[in-house]
Amino acid sequence: MNREEIISTTKRFLSEEFEVEESTILPKNNLQKTLDLDSLDYVDLVVVIEENLGFKPTADDFKSIDSFDDFYTLVEKRLA
Amino acid sequence: MERRVVITGIGLYSCIGNGKEEVLDSLRTGKSGIIYDEPRKEFGYRSCLTGMVEDPNLKPFLSRRERIGMHQPAMYAYMSTKEALEQAKLDVDFLNANETGIIFGNDSTAGAVINTVDKVRERKDTTLIGSGDIFQNMNCTVNMSLSTIYKLKGINITLSAACASGSHSIGMGYLLIKQGLQDRVVCGGAQEINKYAMASFDGLGTFSPREDQPASASRPFDAGRDGLVPSGGAATLIVESLESAEKRGAPILGELIGYGFSSNGEHISNPNFDGQFRSLSMALKQAGINADVVDYVNAHATSTPVGDSMEAQAIHSVLGGKVPVSSTKSMTGHECWMAGASEVAYSLLMMENNFIAPNINFETPDEDSAKINIVPEMREQNIDCFLSNSFGFGGTNSSLIVKKFVK
Repeated sequence: MNREEIISTTKRFLSEEFEVEESTILPKNNLQKTLDLDSLDYVDLVVVIEENLGFKPTADDFKSIDSFDDFYTLVEKRLA
Repeated sequence: MERRVVITGIGLYSCIGNGKEEVLDSLRTGKSGIIYDEPRKEFGYRSCLTGMVEDPNLKPFLSRRERIGMHQPAMYAYMSTKEALEQAKLDVDFLNANETGIIFGNDSTAGAVINTVDKVRERKDTTLIGSGDIFQNMNCTVNMSLSTIYKLKGINITLSAACASGSHSIGMGYLLIKQGLQDRVVCGGAQEINKYAMASFDGLGTFSPREDQPASASRPFDAGRDGLVPSGGAATLIVESLESAEKRGAPILGELIGYGFSSNGEHISNPNFDGQFRSLSMALKQAGINADVVDYVNAHATSTPVGDSMEAQAIHSVLGGKVPVSSTKSMTGHECWMAGASEVAYSLLMMENNFIAPNINFETPDEDSAKINIVPEMREQNIDCFLSNSFGFGGTNSSLIVKKFVK
């Protein structure tokens, strides 16, 4: 999966799961604020990533994620 | 000083109607809410009859976070509570600023628990269950959900007392308000409808096998009764001090004047006469009225051979043979944890509209039911005071008395 495919795939399932408009999911936007994630929501983020991409991010993975760009980089790395 | 306690709002999410208007029409016309639910047969049920309500779409009303922790009883209870609060003229801003409690009856969340366990069995990883299931797996999630959605700041507990849960919830709210500990309590009962919830109950051979006649299967007090029909949904009543209701200009639908309760202290599932007799007698004593003041009894009668006979004997002994009696379970089936609350709400609709809902399917009395005055067809009649019975497994009994409000 190249970066463009990662962006389109994750945009679809993140907007569906967290009920936000796809148009708000932009590379430079903050992931936590855009998806309005509280501590419980990170559990659901792990679930949808596993269901859609086949891997489970760790708590340490999330520490390095600020923007969606950071998130896409993590996905690229884990799928490589 | 003891305070007067009134009811200022009711809400119903029932198999005989979504909301008060639909329910009122069904009560008047004797419409049954019982269906044959085919998936139960493949699952292994002996009887596939059930009352049925749809899972409501709550997306227009609630956020994702508010919704994902809700099990079926909580979803139903949101619908009934929304309607009750609107009638009582209560909104989130008022509730946030004025202490209001919640005591809701619920005694299972089987469907949600099984769904969670299935997920773990399939994925073999608890971190893939998701964040909503922990709340869905808890019996008290009706309270957890409604108290956070509506910003309730008073008493906040679930009441589990089998098929008397809803009735005791009203009784407990009544006592707290009467003693001055709360001004308002959201009371009610919720009951899940899914094939997981009632399988073990069906396994006892308790349900009517009349699968070819769903509307005729629930026949309380009839000599030909052959078991109950499970059902569910939710009912909410806003119980409030008279002082608070008048100050707010809320509608007053009736006054709670008596709450009787008892425990059989005997068999875990068999009803007995003594426990029911004591519950009825205590309600009358607490209300400070004579038996002849009660002019309608909404019976617990579920359509089981032994239970209905015991209740007929208890009603006859305490209230005599003249008072009109009907069991709305003839139309709704047995709404279990919800029943004690819904049946007070059904009776309030009758009191407001001057009629007695029929005990449909009552065709032939037996030795005990012949001694009481069962109403088989809708009757236009003024009701000034009614009594509602609820009896549950474990021998938990509750009787509530409500009268028309007179200043």
